[in-house]
Amino acid sequence: MAIMQINKALIKQPNKKTIVLAGNPNVGKSVFFNALTNRYVEVSNFPGTTVDISHSALGDDLLLDTPGIYGVSSFNDEEKVARDVILQADVVINIVNALHLERDLFLTQQLIDMGIPLVVALNMMDEARQNGIQIDHQTLERELGVPVIPTVAVEGKGIEEIKAALAGAAQGNRVPRIADLLAPLRDCFPSVAEALLYLEEDPSVKSPRTAVKAERRQEEIYLIRRRRVNEIVNAVVKESAEGASFAARLGQMMLRISTGLPILLLSLVAMYYFIGVFIAQVVVVFTEKVVMEGYYAPLVEGLVERLFAPGSVTAYILAGEYGLFTMTVVYLLGLLMPLVAGFYFSLSIMEDSGYLPRVATLMDRLLVKMGLNGRAIIPIILGLGCVTMATITTRLLGSKRERIIATALLGIAIPCSAQLGVIFGMVAPLGPGYLVLYLATVGAVFVGLGVIMEKVLPGRSTDLLIDLPVLRVPRLGNILRKTYVRTVHFIKEAAPLFVVGAVLISLLHISGLLQKIQDLFRPLVNSWLGLPPEASTAFIMGIVRRDFGAAGLYALPMAAGQTLVALVAITLFVPCIASILVILKERSAKDGLLIWVGSFIAAFLVGGLLARVMGI
Amino acid sequence: MTLEQAKTGDRLIVKNISDPQMRVKAIRFGVMEGVEVTCTEKLPYGPVVIRRGRQELAVGRGLARRIIVEPA
Repeated sequence: MAIMQINKALIKQPNKKTIVLAGNPNVGKSVFFNALTNRYVEVSNFPGTTVDISHSALGDDLLLDTPGIYGVSSFNDEEKVARDVILQADVVINIVNALHLERDLFLTQQLIDMGIPLVVALNMMDEARQNGIQIDHQTLERELGVPVIPTVAVEGKGIEEIKAALAGAAQGNRVPRIADLLAPLRDCFPSVAEALLYLEEDPSVKSPRTAVKAERRQEEIYLIRRRRVNEIVNAVVKESAEGASFAARLGQMMLRISTGLPILLLSLVAMYYFIGVFIAQVVVVFTEKVVMEGYYAPLVEGLVERLFAPGSVTAYILAGEYGLFTMTVVYLLGLLMPLVAGFYFSLSIMEDSGYLPRVATLMDRLLVKMGLNGRAIIPIILGLGCVTMATITTRLLGSKRERIIATALLGIAIPCSAQLGVIFGMVAPLGPGYLVLYLATVGAVFVGLGVIMEKVLPGRSTDLLIDLPVLRVPRLGNILRKTYVRTVHFIKEAAPLFVVGAVLISLLHISGLLQKIQDLFRPLVNSWLGLPPEASTAFIMGIVRRDFGAAGLYALPMAAGQTLVALVAITLFVPCIASILVILKERSAKDGLLIWVGSFIAAFLVGGLLARVMGI
Repeated sequence: MTLEQAKTGDRLIVKNISDPQMRVKAIRFGVMEGVEVTCTEKLPYGPVVIRRGRQELAVGRGLARRIIVEPA
């Protein structure tokens, strides 16, 4: 199904070869991709996943990128997409990290066992040499039976040789015992690759109609292949005895609680200065206030006024308070896009340097108590950027249970960057005591909610098993490319949700329902939370845009304690309408409704209790 | 003993990983029955970090409890 759709995007032609780049995560595939092609690169989202595939032309042929994988199988979305693309390949260029040959050659040997014509790029040879690793690439070539080209892709070394080697791509040496197991199945499947995936119990390959006697035995085949890979590695790799390098020592320090937590805190402070100060206060002021509100919005408003009767429903929906072409565009491009790009930039640095899996390891203990595992740190960090975007990335979590817990935490207890700016702006003047109280209250709700869900929800969550690659200095070009691709993806995925949200709110406003809802909230906000009655407007605005909600509190005359209560309540209060839509899309309607009701309860329960404690 | 009971610096032989999916994933990283690994770090109540050659892996506590090892 998915493969048919990507085919349409790519217009596969019989006279064109499909060349696919494949490799483990962070081996420099995208650097290869850009070095190999100087044409326009298109990025398509693989249907039903968060996975983007870059494609372009290489000479007369088609060049496709795939997500980083440790093997061809179906353990997650990335693997499924890579598997589908690899099954289409006429030739695969397998990028191998010379620093991690033992890990990477498993995929290489699997591709060879699949019978796919292969060229191996032995990348990062410079870094391997610096780390005292010597690789005999000629022996490696002989053992694998496919061309092996040493490369340093970031310096452009070996790229031309790879292009030249494509013509000589070969179906290498299959592991003999695996070849024996495959032999009886050859005629039952369209390709050797599918026969192998069938034997490896891949759920994507159905049993053939003809009776097959072969047992499916993934583990046995994996073991045979692993032994063969270890044999090859022993034959080609020589390591000079060296003391622990600085990178190895730093990697160790990042994992140890006593040094790892201060390093994490320092990284978060750096992120705060980059996103919270530079982007939110310099970049966004320019993009939102100067460009969008200064030039863009008046232009559109003028245009709409000329085309539609002022005051008409159409004019209101298009360019009114929550206008499709005014507020929605200004918010999405002027405010959210720079912030989201800032978050993706930071996340890409953490990922490419090898720091992210170490943060996941460090945070695993806390997250396990909340029914998640260390990997959930990724949507949580992204949630501080935009909850809508983070909810989409919960797909990378290992089970449905974890996805529900993470979505609920995001929807209820994680303030997004748009809101955080206003919150910090209001808390800071009250003094550090109130800031600590705010963070402690929201933090306690975050942890408490996770712990409760871990206890209440049936089943158990998956365990952490994560590769800790050698730390390295990330390359700026690579970081910028990742940031760009992910930000574009966010806009594509989120824009329709913001559009639908804006129309809904405009309709609620025109019909007078919005006013009715505000009136409904008035007594609750006034007598239970102890806030001025006008604050109810701010809460309802929070449904439109989280930062509108917080900003609506700005102008109200409130004592310090009241401000704290208001900010805590508005943080926990329902997610913005785009987030709600994405929650409904990603989870079931029932889960979405539960999260929505839960956020009402959390906001008013915790806010009300805090008001009592503060003596309001 | 289980991997959970290992101490930092211990050299261990993997005897059994009871979870079938994790067993297969671990094979891809070169960790399987009969292989020697070193415990390089143990976070209090958190993951156990093991190394085999240049491959370093963080194993969640729950999984470490289900991996049987013996001293090398």
